[in-house]
Amino acid sequence: MDELVRLLQLAINGTAAGCIYGLVALGFVLIYKATEMVNFAQGELMMLGAFFAYTFVGMWGMNYWVGFALAIAATAAFGYALDAVVLRRVIGQPQFAVVMLTLGLAFIFRAVAGAVWGYDSVGFLTPFTNKVADFGGGVILGQDNVSIIVGTVILCAVLYVFFSRTPLGIAMQASSQNQLAAYYMGIPVRTVFSLIWAISAGVSAVAAVLLVPVSMIDVNMGILGFKAFAAAVLGGFGSIPGALVGGIIVGITEQFAGRFLPAGSMELTSNIVLLAVLIVWPQGLFGQVIRKRV
Amino acid sequence: MRAMFRTSYAQDLLLARSPAAWGWYGLLMLVLLAIPHMLGEFYVGEMAGVFVFAIAGVGLMLLIGYTGLVSLGHAAFLGIGAYTNAILLTKGVPFIFSLPAAGLLTALFGVLIGIPTLRMSGLYLAIATLAFGSIVGIVLEKWHGLTGGFDGLAVPTPAIFGYVIEGRTGVYYLSLAILVAVLLLAMNILRSPLGRAMVAIRDSEISAQSMGIHLAFYKTVAFAISAGITGLAGAAYGHYTNYLAPDGFGILLSIQLVTIVFIGGLGSLHGAIFGAIFISMLPQAIALSRDSLPFGLGRLPGLEPSLFGIILVLVIMFEPAGINGRWLKAKRWFGEFPLHRRAAFRRQKSYAKSERLR
Repeated sequence: MDELVRLLQLAINGTAAGCIYGLVALGFVLIYKATEMVNFAQGELMMLGAFFAYTFVGMWGMNYWVGFALAIAATAAFGYALDAVVLRRVIGQPQFAVVMLTLGLAFIFRAVAGAVWGYDSVGFLTPFTNKVADFGGGVILGQDNVSIIVGTVILCAVLYVFFSRTPLGIAMQASSQNQLAAYYMGIPVRTVFSLIWAISAGVSAVAAVLLVPVSMIDVNMGILGFKAFAAAVLGGFGSIPGALVGGIIVGITEQFAGRFLPAGSMELTSNIVLLAVLIVWPQGLFGQVIRKRV
Repeated sequence: MRAMFRTSYAQDLLLARSPAAWGWYGLLMLVLLAIPHMLGEFYVGEMAGVFVFAIAGVGLMLLIGYTGLVSLGHAAFLGIGAYTNAILLTKGVPFIFSLPAAGLLTALFGVLIGIPTLRMSGLYLAIATLAFGSIVGIVLEKWHGLTGGFDGLAVPTPAIFGYVIEGRTGVYYLSLAILVAVLLLAMNILRSPLGRAMVAIRDSEISAQSMGIHLAFYKTVAFAISAGITGLAGAAYGHYTNYLAPDGFGILLSIQLVTIVFIGGLGSLHGAIFGAIFISMLPQAIALSRDSLPFGLGRLPGLEPSLFGIILVLVIMFEPAGINGRWLKAKRWFGEFPLHRRAAFRRQKSYAKSERLR
């Protein structure tokens, strides 16, 4: 019984970590589906979101929820501007040129964040820090982990309704399926793409703020983006539910590897899972294969 | 600019485009051979660093610039080459065997990682090699028995037939020799059927396949050659630094290597050299200008990576052909001096090409 509860807690911790990976992966997938660009700076967008939240809540002493909303808005605006100013110009260049471009952007963001907020780890108090939720039967979980899972579920529901019910969401789906046809239908494709960048940046800001109770904010937290890659690839890099499922699989595997395998294997887990998935299913778990006609 | 007329098919296969080019390359070679006798120790060491990066750049250029496959894990191959060479030398194997062994073992690793990953294309390959690179990086850090852990590993001084290669000058000539050999190898590969197949794969996988090119075979061979050359660069890197630290072969180095190729200019061996010069000189240039920058900018700790990022971003946005592209344009501008037409270099409008369909 005791062992069972411990395993359950391990699984919940893994799910919470996995939700964060999944949210960052969701950012990759949204951008990839729409513009076929792979944003290697997604982890750095998350880092910026965390620092915005820290500025509003930790430094200026705003209410947590107000700061949360403002951080999302600020990061989303930043994402919009990033697409409008930089990434729109490289349309038509090979895919890996964009990969290098976003890697370069990641360097810049990290250096700028270091110059503005410093290189020390910071954090701020949230309503969920150091509180526990008792589910009875000896199952005691940190509210921080529960808040991550609940937050992810809410965000996913909002995104689902947005993409399937609102005109803008449907316009976004249309533009990612066929840019030209969407353009002929009167959808301002370029603005829509920038808005997708904004949503993707906003989602990573949510991930960042949800992560605050369990992890410190520092300049290098964008490294987490590489684990989110494993999640996105696992889910087929084009599938939104796939990204979340992939994230949770990576998170849980990591926790169990850290518990049952020798030290050091935790850092390797996500990469090994990633390679294994790519070797066995080169298109990911939820991917689809389409061949070109010549 | 003198127009080059092709009068025979054999001309396409020449190593250099004209006899004049041989003259220029020969002159450059003479200058490079004379440099250790003219410049100080410091500059000779810096030049050796440029050569080491150029060797790796040539290896990566064959893969990215000519085969169109992106690897974000080449630091792993550099590390494998460096450790193979250093460990074999420590065990008493002569340098003339340990250097090729480093190249061959790294090529073997290239094949091993290439076979499963090369079925993927574009993006997936980049991610898979990224994962491979970080796995090797962590293994090098944790496998204390092999790499000496954080104590590092001292690289013994190499000797060829009793002639000891020591000091900056020795490493300079060693890496210059490897670089020239690797460049000749690359030039010869590029004019052989193998090289043509690589370029065909880069330009369109599906049409290459239709022409009868066995994609998996040629991709694996290209990956192995690229890895092997990077392994040689690793061996030279070991002698350049004299000391191997296990945390030096991570993702950052991989990105630097790819940046050599991008900033230098994709699809040209000259580009690999230009890129290597740029990457090795940038830290020096920053160190020199640190004190003279206004507003205390020079004291920012993140100055180097951010400049690195900014230059990468600007090159990709405004000059996708890299330094080599600039160089060709400058040559052309002077070549047709009064008659320069601005439209000659205008970039064509390009559209997003979907890579979802393969």
